[in-house]
Amino acid sequence: MRRAYSRGLVAAAAASALLLSACGGGNDNGSSSGSGGSSGGGTVTIGFMGAQTGPNAQLGINISNGVELAIEQHNAKSGVKQVKLTKYDTQGDPTQATNQAKKAVSDKVVAIVGPAFSGESKTADPIFEEAGIPNVSPSATAVSLAANGWKFWHRVLANDDVQGPGDADFIAKTLNAKTAAVIDDQSEYGKGLADAVRKQLATDGVKVAVNDSINPDASSFSSTVNKVKPANPDVVFFGGYYSAAGKLVKQLKDGGVQGTFMSGDGTLDAQFINGGGAAANGALLSCTCSSAVGSTDPAVTKFASDYKAKFNVDPATYSAEGFDAANAIMQAIDAGKTDPADINDFVTKIDFKGVSKQIKFDDKGELANDLLFITEVKNGKLAFLGDTSKAKPSA
Amino acid sequence: MSALSGIRRRIQFPDVMGVMGSWWDRTPWYGRWALYVLLIIGAFLLPSSSIGSFMTPESDWASVLFYPIGIYVLLAIGLNVVVGQAGLLDLGYVAFFAIGSYALAVIATKHGWGFWEILPVGIIIAAAAGLILGTPTLRLRGDYLAIVTLGFGEIIRITANNLNYTGGPRGISPIPHPPSDPSVEVGGVKIFRYGVLDARPYYYLLVTAIIVVIIIVKRLEKSRVGRSWAAIREDEDAAELMGVPTFRFKIVSFVMGASIGGLAGVIFAAQTTSITPVNFPFILSALILCAVVLGGSGNLLGVILGAFLIAWLPERFRGFEQYRVLVFGAALVIMMIVRPEGLLPSRQRRAELAEGTGGMGSLGGETGAVAGQRVEIDEEPVSGHPPEVLAGRDEREAGG
Amino acid sequence: MWNDFTQQFWSSTIDGLTNGAIYGLVAMGYTLVYGVLRLINFAHSEVFMIGTFAALGALTLFGIDSPQSGLALVGVLLLMTLVAMAASGGTAVLLERVAYRPLRKRGASRLAALISAIGAAFFLQEVFAIWQGRDQLSIPRVMNKDVWFNIGSGQVRNDKVLVIVAAIVMMLLLDRFVNTTRLGRGIRATAQDPDTAVLMGVNIDRIVLTTFLLGGILAGLAAALYGVFFELTQYNVGFLLGIKAFTAAVLGGIGNIRGALIGGLVLGLIENYGASIFGTQWLDVVAFSVLVLVLMFRPTGILGENLQRARV
Repeated sequence: MRRAYSRGLVAAAAASALLLSACGGGNDNGSSSGSGGSSGGGTVTIGFMGAQTGPNAQLGINISNGVELAIEQHNAKSGVKQVKLTKYDTQGDPTQATNQAKKAVSDKVVAIVGPAFSGESKTADPIFEEAGIPNVSPSATAVSLAANGWKFWHRVLANDDVQGPGDADFIAKTLNAKTAAVIDDQSEYGKGLADAVRKQLATDGVKVAVNDSINPDASSFSSTVNKVKPANPDVVFFGGYYSAAGKLVKQLKDGGVQGTFMSGDGTLDAQFINGGGAAANGALLSCTCSSAVGSTDPAVTKFASDYKAKFNVDPATYSAEGFDAANAIMQAIDAGKTDPADINDFVTKIDFKGVSKQIKFDDKGELANDLLFITEVKNGKLAFLGDTSKAKPSA
Repeated sequence: MSALSGIRRRIQFPDVMGVMGSWWDRTPWYGRWALYVLLIIGAFLLPSSSIGSFMTPESDWASVLFYPIGIYVLLAIGLNVVVGQAGLLDLGYVAFFAIGSYALAVIATKHGWGFWEILPVGIIIAAAAGLILGTPTLRLRGDYLAIVTLGFGEIIRITANNLNYTGGPRGISPIPHPPSDPSVEVGGVKIFRYGVLDARPYYYLLVTAIIVVIIIVKRLEKSRVGRSWAAIREDEDAAELMGVPTFRFKIVSFVMGASIGGLAGVIFAAQTTSITPVNFPFILSALILCAVVLGGSGNLLGVILGAFLIAWLPERFRGFEQYRVLVFGAALVIMMIVRPEGLLPSRQRRAELAEGTGGMGSLGGETGAVAGQRVEIDEEPVSGHPPEVLAGRDEREAGG
Repeated sequence: MWNDFTQQFWSSTIDGLTNGAIYGLVAMGYTLVYGVLRLINFAHSEVFMIGTFAALGALTLFGIDSPQSGLALVGVLLLMTLVAMAASGGTAVLLERVAYRPLRKRGASRLAALISAIGAAFFLQEVFAIWQGRDQLSIPRVMNKDVWFNIGSGQVRNDKVLVIVAAIVMMLLLDRFVNTTRLGRGIRATAQDPDTAVLMGVNIDRIVLTTFLLGGILAGLAAALYGVFFELTQYNVGFLLGIKAFTAAVLGGIGNIRGALIGGLVLGLIENYGASIFGTQWLDVVAFSVLVLVLMFRPTGILGENLQRARV
């Protein structure tokens, strides 16, 4: 005998609520959505692939903002083919990236800016390669990506093989360090960078007194501090991201470690200063990306002010690279290419001055130049010092 | 909160499984087989783009069908053997999934074996891991087992992250595809062409695996093994007294579950061609557990439904990103309060759970109203005044 | 490897005890609830997290953003502690009422309660993630970290001493409470045999409430200390800590209050010693392996079970 079904309804509602939820990825089709064909109708669709939500979303958003700005400025010019943007949110997760990549292929985008992270590049790029879609990454720095013989892949920043040894050389030559401690966060990026630094430091004759690997989600890095302190290194290098870096530098300094703290582009974010507090001052952060803020080049300052006007924040890490990647593709479109294969041919041979750097690719899809830039944390702010040949830290 | 309990006592949830169950009992064997065949055909026809445009308009439907939906279903079936059948709380199930994946990845890249050769090896390695984990730990009581299995899951993931043999944080890639046969084409689809672009051949492989596993699990459930599991689940001490070798059968369930997890891992790694430790976090174990309990632990149809929902819904409602996990958490709590036996509990399990005996026993601290008794307890018992619960004492299970 | 161990022995010991003290405080909350309800309260880590946000909120409200000293320091610490205790205690009570009591009343299985706990944990985490953002929030330094003296390689610092002493004092207070007061007797009775407890006139609902409240208060203290020591918080700060704390509770003997603190301290020590020998990347593997070994030879944990035998 059944009475009211209210509880059944509650359960059904809860079940539907369950349906609306659970962990996973999200897709925010911000500025535009849907697919435009690669030909016909006078519009062409480019895709952006990267994290828009989830942890590390900020890096993805920095890039997509740059891409949006580039497209907006392009479409405003008269007489050009209109370009639409579709964003594919992967949350930086390699498995979601494969699903999204297949979606992009079936949506018939003509080119992709992205994938943003190295992990998702490994799974998504084979799909683009097989489908013949040119992809230009503004931020994936893993060295192994260039070794796959991909014809459709490009990136507009130097890989970790530049950043790692560049950092090591900087430590050896500019900072004149005799001993160093190298710590990584057990991530693909962090350990890759740290290993490259370790190798080059050995070649440069700097003694790596301490090697350690932290769990970036842990609160206490006491065991690492206890290893570093007795060794008293001149420099402590950390390969990893900003939230762990902030915690680490604070605990190191509180523990009495006096060496200079140095890290890579994963730490280059204002959140590092927030987390590290006073301990972050004097830290040196490297990046193969350049900073649009604080430049004297008029084209770059225009980019920075346009970005600020549109998004109310300064351009951040990889924004300029995203802007340049999008422009590289759109130059091909403006030259009349709408077929992905033709766009790829055009982009492979491109050579122009972007707001981040000179954009030119070698035969593997790597960037032809390999500059490394240093930023110092001074008085609680990021101060861009210039490339490694010019940078002079204040300490 | 007695108001809520009051409401709950007055209304009833529609007894879906009861109705279906009695219909099922009345259907003769050819009717059941016809239904099975229909379901199987339906499963194979699922990845069509017309269904896909409704089910996941923002992702590739065939890919989503493989992962997360298909893989979660297979994992849930495996965890169901451990949690639902034998009543063991395993919080580290992802470890076996990882072991299967890494087995394929390492052996294929380092020793050049093919997919079909590594498949049984991967399953055996995962089963061995289940045996190794189970032997020292299955003598522990339920909640200790929980934390130990959780620890084991983390140990596997961290070790894979730290060792160069397993590629460290970079993982292993590219993992070769199973051998393809592009000449076979059914209905316009090359069903044996395993590549990166089309997920459908992998999906069909996965469905075949699921069907085989379901058959095996069902046979086990109806056999002596399954009956022993039921006995262990309801009251381990009583089962031991009645002569059931509880430890041995617990190991069997563990090993069975581990094998299924390993199988899922092997197929997953083959499709995704690149695995890293990040693919196997603790949260995946928790999600599969939620799928099993939510769907109706112990009931195969229920856990399949639970896994399907937990895998599909986030993909379907990508637009609600910000609030997704929030709503998920709230929905879990509500579902458990309103229907703790899950969406489609088997009739046997429902009876057990209503008594608070199935699956780890009832919560402690609940007197009188233990074992399905619905008695109001005075908020302020005056000392010396025994509550009415005395009347129901003989039927009660010593909870916990 | 062993050289490192001996060289870092004292620093590992002091830091191990400090980390362990925080694990222990949180572990006591897990152990209390488990002892009475046989429930693994997965959401306890979020109760802790909320305490840290409350402590930060208190500081922000009163505009305290620089190190204090003397009486002002005591006042600030008390403020953080009391606010965190109130917030955590309140959350724990709310959790009990909303997520667990309905299940208790139905006699639902522990598995269902576990899932409910997981759901509640997700929910609370996300509330704070959406409300406060997903990035780390820093807590201003309120106490200057002065090193009092060194033992070998180890630095005895004022905040480390504070944490360890507070944990021990709290454990003794709780122990006293459970063993001597009437409410404490009720808790022990319920843990031992709920049915008989009702017969003896114990109000189970009130006992359960008290248990959760106590657990919450302990988590609140842990939260305030965490804020002073680590100077940060984030929506997911409870997750890893919760798993470690629960491990500590099991290690020490689940249901045993002293065991929880001992388990916490032992876990902290094992982590640091293990990390000094094998490298920090193996510290979780070492910790869980030791757990399995201990449980294999002593299946009920270091001090054994039983809330009512908290007096070992």
